[in-house]
Amino acid sequence: MLDISVAYSRFRFIGQEFLTWLWYLIATGEYTDILDKDANISVSIGDRMVLENRHSEDIEFITIKGNRADLKEGVVALTKGALVAELSLEILVDDQPWKFTLKGESLGMTNLKTPATGRPETADDIEGAVLEKVHLYETAFHITEQFYHTFIKQRIGDDWDNQIKKKIKTWIKTHQ
Amino acid sequence: MGILSSSASVVRYRVKGKIKEPLLNTITQGLNKHRIHEIDNNSEDKTCGWTSFKNPYLADFSGSSFVFDPYIVFSLRIDKKSIPSKTIQKQYVAEIARRFANKDQSYLSRYEKKEIKDQIIASLGMRIPATPNIYDVVWLPENSNLWFFSTLKSANEEVESLFLKSFSLSLIRLFPYTQAYYMEGFSDREKDGLNNLSASNFSTSQKK
Repeated sequence: MLDISVAYSRFRFIGQEFLTWLWYLIATGEYTDILDKDANISVSIGDRMVLENRHSEDIEFITIKGNRADLKEGVVALTKGALVAELSLEILVDDQPWKFTLKGESLGMTNLKTPATGRPETADDIEGAVLEKVHLYETAFHITEQFYHTFIKQRIGDDWDNQIKKKIKTWIKTHQ
Repeated sequence: MGILSSSASVVRYRVKGKIKEPLLNTITQGLNKHRIHEIDNNSEDKTCGWTSFKNPYLADFSGSSFVFDPYIVFSLRIDKKSIPSKTIQKQYVAEIARRFANKDQSYLSRYEKKEIKDQIIASLGMRIPATPNIYDVVWLPENSNLWFFSTLKSANEEVESLFLKSFSLSLIRLFPYTQAYYMEGFSDREKDGLNNLSASNFSTSQKK
């Protein structure tokens, strides 16, 4: 394995490409092919997206906020070479909601909200409450990992340049 | 913004290395060795250490209270004293005025001024209580995963350093490269492919 600090900066594009790929997958509905077939899961883009363009002379950031935000500006940024740097996701599993923001650079999760759980009333309730919450966090991590695993397999495979990248570019062209 | 918060921020880690058996003894020793100590009545301006998840103001790890089977749950506490700069300035100006009045002195060297400021900071530091910040840790030793409930760079650096000192195990942060590297089901050839990746360009506009 490469030195950690070298790998962090050298491969920071992987996380941003992942989020860009994920946006494409969600927009086209292709994400359902990746998740457990038996699970009742739907994924949508949340209320925030940040794009970063390092292809321009200065680094540009484009932030799109709002529940019903038009993502067209984001698509236009993609045409100019930007990638998704932060992406909010809303996931429903059996109609139970998870919301969080993924950062491309670190894959850190912020503003992670799980379905509501009861507050522990006594000290004895704490262990049960923690285990319940941990289980809910694991659901969000598991779904994210399933996406990331598929992305990495595709990204290092031969199909990336031959098929997947072309499909994403076609999607960008038709939605700008 | 901890485990039970309505909104959390999480950084995931891989624990590198094998923890010394018996597991619970090693963890208890590691937590006790580097548990938080209070600095309210001394001149230290910052401290950091492990504390109990259930009661973060009493670092008690007795009776394996950190075991939430199969998880190990505890917290990192960072206590910091922050003295408002205006409070320092007020006392500094008053002290200089007092010296001028008492000694009929009209000049203080740079060294004397620095000494006065340091004394004021030390004196205030003894009286101002530290502000605690608590960040939860969930560790699953059986699959070497650890979650740290903060994305703050400084807090992550503290947990990485303290974990190594306490348990002689490194924490590898799971960012895009490391997460891919440690994923199951990848051959050595695929890992080599990962090392050779270069950035894709999805740009569809023509360059002028």
